[in-house]
Amino acid sequence: MRAFSYEKVKNPAGAAARAAEVANAKFVAGGTNLLDLMKLEIETPLHLIDVNGLGLDRIEGTDDGGLRIGTLVRNTALAADERVKRDYPVLTRALMAGASGQLRNKATTGGNLLQRTRCPYFYDTAMACNKRKPGSGCAAQAPGAFSRQLGVVGVSEACIATHPSDMAVAMRALDAVVETVMPEGETRAIPLADFHLLPGHTPEVETALKPGELITAVTLPAPVGGHQSYTKVRDRSSYAFALVSVALIRQPDGSGAVALGGVAPKPWRNAAADKLLPEGAKAVMAELMKDARPTEQNRYKIKLAERTLASALNEAKG
Amino acid sequence: MDFNTAAETNIFDRPKILGKAVPRRDGPLKTTGRAPYAYERHDVAEGQLVGYPLGSAIAKGRILSMDTEAARAAPGVRAIVTTLDMEAMPVPSEMHTAHLFGGDKVEHYHQAIAVVVAETFEQARAATALIKVEYDADEGAEFDLLAAYEKMKDTPVDPEVSKGDFETAFANAAHRIDRTYVTTPQNHAQMEPQATVAAWDENGNVTLWTSNQMIQWAKKAVAKTFEMDVEKVRVDSPYVGGGFGNKLFIRSDVVLAALGAKAAGQPVKLAMPRPFVMNNTTHRAGTVQRIRIGTDAQGKIVALAHEGTSNTLPGGSGEDATNQSQHFYAADTLLIATRLAEMHLPEANAMRAPGEASGLMGLEMAMDEMAEELGMDPVQFRLVNDTDTSPATGKKFSDRNFARCLTEGAERFGWENRNTTPGSRREGDWLIGHGVAGAFRPSPATTSGARVRLQADGRIIVETDMTDIGTGSYTIIAQTVAEAMGMDIEDVEVRLGDSAFPVSSGSGGQFGAVSSTAGAYAACTALRREVARRIGHNDADGLSFARGNVTAGAKETPLVDIAPEGEIVAEDKVKFGSFRKDRMVATFAAHFVEVGVNAWTGEVRVRRMLGVCDAGRIMNPTTALSQVIGGMVMGVGAALSEEIAVDTAKGVFINHDLANYEVPVHADIPEQEVVFLDTLDPVSGPLKSKGVGELGLCGVAGAVANAVYNATGVRAREYPITLDKLLDGLPEV
Ligand SMILES: Cc1cc2nc3c(=O)[nH]c(=O)nc-3n(C[C@H](O)[C@H](O)[C@H](O)COP(=O)(O)OP(=O)(O)OC[C@H]3O[C@@H](n4cnc5c(N)ncnc54)[C@H](O)[C@@H]3O)c2cc1C
Ligand code: SF4
Repeated sequence: MRAFSYEKVKNPAGAAARAAEVANAKFVAGGTNLLDLMKLEIETPLHLIDVNGLGLDRIEGTDDGGLRIGTLVRNTALAADERVKRDYPVLTRALMAGASGQLRNKATTGGNLLQRTRCPYFYDTAMACNKRKPGSGCAAQAPGAFSRQLGVVGVSEACIATHPSDMAVAMRALDAVVETVMPEGETRAIPLADFHLLPGHTPEVETALKPGELITAVTLPAPVGGHQSYTKVRDRSSYAFALVSVALIRQPDGSGAVALGGVAPKPWRNAAADKLLPEGAKAVMAELMKDARPTEQNRYKIKLAERTLASALNEAKG
Repeated sequence: MDFNTAAETNIFDRPKILGKAVPRRDGPLKTTGRAPYAYERHDVAEGQLVGYPLGSAIAKGRILSMDTEAARAAPGVRAIVTTLDMEAMPVPSEMHTAHLFGGDKVEHYHQAIAVVVAETFEQARAATALIKVEYDADEGAEFDLLAAYEKMKDTPVDPEVSKGDFETAFANAAHRIDRTYVTTPQNHAQMEPQATVAAWDENGNVTLWTSNQMIQWAKKAVAKTFEMDVEKVRVDSPYVGGGFGNKLFIRSDVVLAALGAKAAGQPVKLAMPRPFVMNNTTHRAGTVQRIRIGTDAQGKIVALAHEGTSNTLPGGSGEDATNQSQHFYAADTLLIATRLAEMHLPEANAMRAPGEASGLMGLEMAMDEMAEELGMDPVQFRLVNDTDTSPATGKKFSDRNFARCLTEGAERFGWENRNTTPGSRREGDWLIGHGVAGAFRPSPATTSGARVRLQADGRIIVETDMTDIGTGSYTIIAQTVAEAMGMDIEDVEVRLGDSAFPVSSGSGGQFGAVSSTAGAYAACTALRREVARRIGHNDADGLSFARGNVTAGAKETPLVDIAPEGEIVAEDKVKFGSFRKDRMVATFAAHFVEVGVNAWTGEVRVRRMLGVCDAGRIMNPTTALSQVIGGMVMGVGAALSEEIAVDTAKGVFINHDLANYEVPVHADIPEQEVVFLDTLDPVSGPLKSKGVGELGLCGVAGAVANAVYNATGVRAREYPITLDKLLDGLPEV
């Protein structure tokens, strides 16, 4: 870990302004991801701006009947919120499927969206990794590499890492929107669909956030009802990242939304696939996976995703 | 004390405290944070600095240069020692393979190449990252066991055991199978990483407060590595936060802490970061096992061949998966052979039940496949091939109750109610299956000494360099001494893990409990003699020790009155005579497992486990149970999730932390039932007990694997059985 300075700021706009002002600054929220990465010198900020205590820890109703979730709301609190449990059960389920109790108590909404990949090569600074060190290569795609857990779709020659969040997958199915404040003080709203970027040639650029831009909240539109489930498949029953996960919202008429985790650099969903839901898992998955480029080791994820969705649909039909 | 003939009836046969469920003595200390682990020994040496290791970034090649300028200038840095500062230090012992430090040659990834000593941990770690290293990596080195196996499998090797004419018997067998099984490398993944506090005095004596299973080996290994007099080395390791074989030998933490302390002129403490534990220390090698079994029409094995191939650094011994196949089942002919695939992965060495843990993963799946081929119940097939003699050595087992393990286990588990058509029992989304496997593991014993000190107040202090690696040594030694001296267990204090104490067996190979309690008993026997002398008798025969008194005829003397001024010290060791080697002393078990396999996703969840164990006298049902259920957990990991992911081009264990190396979590483990048969083995030792620490793991993974097959009809022969290996065979959706 490199030595760094630390400050607490007074308000969200001030945080953004400071982040733009001080060289090599980062926000710290729960710290459950950032501090680990700093210890390994995968992240090397020189200055940390603590965004705890800025009053961004409330969940409140919005004018259009949805919910605004402050960025500092902890994963545990969000999962337990009565409105979330009742109106957005897919989100509670996704949160509860992630990490461990202790981590969820610390982990924040914004921090969760911005957590970085779990690609094992990203975590070993002796390995080539375009995401960690642009232009150094992608060790995970070299001969002999271990890629069983990595992405199959939306990936590129430069990077095949997945986004590891469970929460984000549910939020994507719910059409969440990320609210931010810029260093100059303006605010903007970024649909979650556009928030995470595909790696292309620049896997180090992961989101649409501008330098210094601070997440203030995530909003959910008015509840859509339907049968909601989150199915997370992994090698042990708990405390593991998804090999594949499926967030499903299914309406009584068979329509709905489906988003996948564990397969792509971002929560994976598209409108064309949603339209195919009444036709079943095979049709949906053919659409979602149409540009898949799996490795030998992770090809199974395509079949697994289809079967997991089939299972979720089967359960939804009751 | 010489143990030269089978034990006769002795004081342990009418025990008051041995065999009782005495709670772990170290339990309250550990659960309240009062048992100091090596890295927490803040009070043992003043002025401790902190060391941080640097590991090689390549697996094989040479180091051309190391630039430490920036690191030396970093805040708080007090000393840096690099591998280029010295020639390669001697390999610490014959049981080690890798060099731990020194020289420009890199033998494996994360070989220790420098230690940075600073005032704080953060400073040491940050400065380490500033060291720049230039390598000349060997291109084209190979790290792929399966590829190596393909190349070497058809080259004949001298068999280790060849009994009768296997090939002919196999060719003529009424039924046969020929299968190949794969186990991936595993890591011990014990909670406490290797850690050491090292301090030198002005006379060149070094003390190492460390975490180690074998104190004497450690002491000698330090002397050899540093080319110094063994008497100048002291090793102390009273609490060990798990070892499983990963701490049988000193590793680079000891060397780096000692080098750092010397260079800084102050004590240094150093703990290995987790990735360093995974790549710098030892692992259980991966294996490829070809097993051929031939039977007659009735299911009796007429031919058994087990050929095992494993990875190792050049000069090492890999993982011998074939041992149990020489002894476990009756076989008219045998062919046992091993091959070593030399490659520059980190050092392969012992991990809990080395050999059998992997070997039974192959053999017990093969037994299941053979039973199916025969159309025979797998319990019955094992019973038919039970034996009281090792087919390889012709030696009789001292005591073997494997058949009882099978039959009593089958009864308890409800084995007869299982579904015998694989893949045909479904409850909702889950395919249900049942599996059985046998377990075999030798129960060796080795010389072990202890000192007992009767205090003026009638209490006893026991000292031995035996270790307690979470197994219960403190507790069973206290029980043994309390039993032998007729005292309350509260009046017995046990001190372990210090090389200043008499040399013990140490903890390994499931010999620790048998040997170290016998050693304590030997010392107690000497003390009883001395007590007898003090009350005017030549020996202790005919005296009775009970309730804190010694009674001779009608005269009862409290032990507090024996040594009113000072203490009486007695020391002895047990030596196990060669008669023990005339028999096969071994432990046995049968494991029964029920699994559910998700019919959609292939996720495997264990639903029920039963182990029936035959291990002689159980000295403490609580600690023995902990050992066996812990072993069963490890077996579930081996079967379903534990795998060191090898980057076969770079020679790196890439999933090198506990988030990525997946040991089972609580939610993976269902209710576990364990039964100990009430057996005694007088050939094993004076207490007629045997080891259980490794037995609990043996066979478990095979039972899980067989249950997965029974549930799904998919036979995955490559461990761990992750869902990707099952998906193609699951029912269509
Ligand atoms: C062992 C382990 C297992 C885990 N398992 C899972 C799992 O199964 N599923 C899962 O989904 N997650 C899992 N996690 C990840 C966990 O969910 C994340 O670490 C957590 O959500 C991050 O939130 P945080 O508040 O601690 O973020 P921090 O670590 O504080 O920050 C993360 C990043 O977000 C940035 N940031 C934080 N807040 C803001 C803001 N308001 N605006 C702009 N930038 C911001 C920080 O600068 C940093 O770059 C696991 C983590 C660990 C350590
Ligand atoms: S997949 Fe991405 S994160 Fe992983 S090594 Fe390649 S570039 Fe780095």
